[in-house]
Amino acid sequence: MSERKIRVLTAKPGLDGHDRGVKVISAALRDAGMEVIYTGLRQTPEQIATTALQEDVDVIGLSILSGAHDYLFPRIMELLDEKGMKDVIVLGGGIIPEEDIPGLLSKGIDRVFGPGTYTSEIVQYIQSRVKGS
Amino acid sequence: MKDEKTLQAIREAREKWEERLSPKLKKFPERKESFETISGINVKRLYTPEDCADLNYLEDLGFPGEYPYTRAVQPTAYRGRLWTMRQYAGFASAEETNERYKFLLGQGQTGLSVAFDLPTQIGYDSDHQLSLGEVGKVGVAIDSLLDMETLFSGIPLAKVSTSMTINAPASVLLAMYIAVAEKQGVAQADLRGTIQNDILKEYSSRGTYIFPPRPSMKIITDIFAYCSEQIPQWNSISISGYHIREAGSTAVQEVAFTLANGIAYVQAAIDAGLGVDQFGPRLSFFFNSHLDFLEEIAKYRAARRLWARIMKERFGAKDPRSMMLRFHTQTAGCTLTAQQPPNNIVRVAFQAMSAVLGGTQSLHTNSMDEALSLPTEEAVQIALRTQQLIACETGVTETVDPLAGSYYIESLTNRIEDEATAYINKIDELGGSVPAIEQGFIQKEIQNAAYGYQKAIESGDRSVVGLNIYQTDSEKPSNLLRMDPEVRNRQVARLEKLRKERDSNAAAKALKNLEETARGNENVMVPILDAVKAYATLGEICDVLRGVFGEYQPSAII
Repeated sequence: MSERKIRVLTAKPGLDGHDRGVKVISAALRDAGMEVIYTGLRQTPEQIATTALQEDVDVIGLSILSGAHDYLFPRIMELLDEKGMKDVIVLGGGIIPEEDIPGLLSKGIDRVFGPGTYTSEIVQYIQSRVKGS
Repeated sequence: MKDEKTLQAIREAREKWEERLSPKLKKFPERKESFETISGINVKRLYTPEDCADLNYLEDLGFPGEYPYTRAVQPTAYRGRLWTMRQYAGFASAEETNERYKFLLGQGQTGLSVAFDLPTQIGYDSDHQLSLGEVGKVGVAIDSLLDMETLFSGIPLAKVSTSMTINAPASVLLAMYIAVAEKQGVAQADLRGTIQNDILKEYSSRGTYIFPPRPSMKIITDIFAYCSEQIPQWNSISISGYHIREAGSTAVQEVAFTLANGIAYVQAAIDAGLGVDQFGPRLSFFFNSHLDFLEEIAKYRAARRLWARIMKERFGAKDPRSMMLRFHTQTAGCTLTAQQPPNNIVRVAFQAMSAVLGGTQSLHTNSMDEALSLPTEEAVQIALRTQQLIACETGVTETVDPLAGSYYIESLTNRIEDEATAYINKIDELGGSVPAIEQGFIQKEIQNAAYGYQKAIESGDRSVVGLNIYQTDSEKPSNLLRMDPEVRNRQVARLEKLRKERDSNAAAKALKNLEETARGNENVMVPILDAVKAYATLGEICDVLRGVFGEYQPSAII
């Protein structure tokens, strides 16, 4: 039996339409051999949590550039908790001020990647985190 | 451009020069095997008159202010009047944004540019479930005419020109602007400004759509018709390549997809019974100013010439103003780095300079901290000063289209026009911009270019100072602009008060009337204006239209 591919949900919570980053990262993860499901724009926290459950993903990548991460990221973590998905690795990216990051990490976000991050770094990070856990 | 004999002599001399160069190249090879523009156009070592041999000065360049407008749309360009310095701004509430506008006007800014928050851009009131977390974040929250009155309080609308980045609900925000002007005693005919109103690039690049493409096109043609009759100085659309480029396109794709969208709007308006010269003069454009300095200058020139030819030859425009591509430019936000933010001041200065050398009519310069957050007042001031420096100190404004006649610039202008034309032909084959977007063609082209660009940075083929070369462990600035978390609560309270205090029968009646009009074929602008004046909210008006037109359901492609 072949090894199960790493399954990643990439998602755009909130109303922001900047999807260049999420699409580039989705393409890079796919090219690195992962199974990538991209939600498209304007997903509510409920939709993201439900899709993550249905698709049985290992990782969720949340991309947001509007500044609404302070409300939306913790809300998504709450819903994942309610669904018993404590082991899914949740990553954040976009325009997220450094001083907001500790607060997001304390809510269970695994890591936040800022502007300029290489896709190769994200690929390696996901591979080592999923194997390690 | 030159006669055969002269060209022959140049060719022979060049070949001899290359022969002499050859041994030197073996000893001192060039830095790379081949060179290309940031958009992937091959760049030769040297350009000579041979590269512009087919250029016909009178037909291809002509004189400023005359067809095909390659050199400029105005005969005297910046010798007559400088570009409009217009910084895009808006955040939190109408009160706070109003203060920022007064600050900017006090600093010598010459036009306003309104940034709305995402709920406003997507037609939701601040108390909507989907607005949670978004109110006042990327722009100012506007729920009703009440907010719009506050936004422009103390700003004489007869004297400033105002650009509003609003697309799907453009009709509603324009109606609110007209209503505020009326209260100030300013006639519609005296209003100057622009609504972006360019829905097609929302589907492909920017994401703030509401309705499906076809009813959206109907609303847009209604706005064209209304503006041409009532607000003759208003730009009824700003056909935008900016966001297409930000989404990752090349310079050629930026020109091609923007002008293809322009063709779709013109065709839709003609199909709705408008004359091309009735609305053509009020079409305006919006381009990006990216890193490749010379390619960008050629891009603006190519776009001007190509649009003039399209309007004249394809649509039979007679009024010269219909053929003039007038454009706003913004420096490329996507090129700013979070690493070593002060470097962004320099990037922005080069980009602004290329827009000026390309003949822009107005300009926004990005602030150095925009890869980190919304800009602080200090960062905005430096960005505005950058424009003022170019205008007052560098001398590039003293003659029209100063780089014309450069063998490279002219050759690149031709090349961009040719390649953009090939893309437009391809889009025509697909049935035009709307089917090309529905089939995902444009989105896919942009995504592939974006992915290629990122790969080039990661492989080191493309250098980004501070990111993949000359890195330092620089401290990130800590004085970022923070939104007051109470903005939403205040906005919601204001909305509740409005709903209690307004004449709710009048608002309901106006909304009912709008619904009936939207179901028919009449122009929706008039009932929207009535609804706005009755203090119906943006969300209520858009909900009526959602009920009639439905909502766009994109297919996510990666």
